[in-house]
Amino acid sequence: MYKRLTAWTRYTLWLVCTVFLLPVLAGDWLPLKIDQLHDPDNPALGLLQNPGDALSRLPADNAGNEVDWIRALENGYIRPRSELHGDKQVEILDSDILMNKTGSIPRVRFPHKPHTQWLDCENCHEKLFKSQAGATPITMGKILEGEYCGVCHGAVAFPLTECNRCHSVPWEDEASVQAGVP
Amino acid sequence: MMSLLISVLVPYGPGLAEYADVVLNRESDKAGVRPVIFPHWFHRVRYQCRVCHSELGFEMRAGANLVTMQDITDGQFCGACHDGEIAWSTENCDLCHSALPGTAAGIRGGHETLGPGNW
Repeated sequence: MYKRLTAWTRYTLWLVCTVFLLPVLAGDWLPLKIDQLHDPDNPALGLLQNPGDALSRLPADNAGNEVDWIRALENGYIRPRSELHGDKQVEILDSDILMNKTGSIPRVRFPHKPHTQWLDCENCHEKLFKSQAGATPITMGKILEGEYCGVCHGAVAFPLTECNRCHSVPWEDEASVQAGVP
Repeated sequence: MMSLLISVLVPYGPGLAEYADVVLNRESDKAGVRPVIFPHWFHRVRYQCRVCHSELGFEMRAGANLVTMQDITDGQFCGACHDGEIAWSTENCDLCHSALPGTAAGIRGGHETLGPGNW
């Protein structure tokens, strides 16, 4: 069968397979040498850690760095310091904010806990978000443009392709609760 | 061989960089050195976001920080760690100035959306 194909068809098949299969074979995290961002001619490149060497050992995720950073932190895979010198006890706020103005799609539950595990209150308040719930005019359009949540999500925290992680509270839940249905 | 094939055949461009890599190129190309790559993944394994974005004063927006080599050698910004004590010192130019010449500044890496990735 394969031998009956013309040389050009065989070449095209080979090319397609190579283009799509090689990145998969090479692993999820490309070595710096071939990431098309680092200069492969840099003589010091070999001294830098490749992403896969560190990230392949952390809990997996399907987006961003393909690392579940929250689990990595909570389960002790990593112990990132909280200050430059020393390691002060950080203030963790375990409080969720429910955002209701989402139309017909599931509402947003914003959990303070994982955010305060990484960030200080001042990183978000009062510059990006007012402390008073409901006082900040957040829209999905603004987030996609890199404002509000989009300052981090889509740039460094899990990307905006992961709708359900924020839009996680279906409207039916509340209807069920109010109707007394378990 | 595989590296060569990938770099020749895969037409994805800088999208292959690791998510949240930041390219700093306000001065580098002009000064004739490679642009800087700041890998978020490497740093967040070791330090919480608050250390750089609160204690050291980095704004949480690529392009919003005017960082000069003078600042760094004075112990500001990157220089708070890259002092030869905590991390490598500024004599090791090639370790930070490691991007392909001409790479535009901004946030790189796959999974980017239309917003932050395009600042």
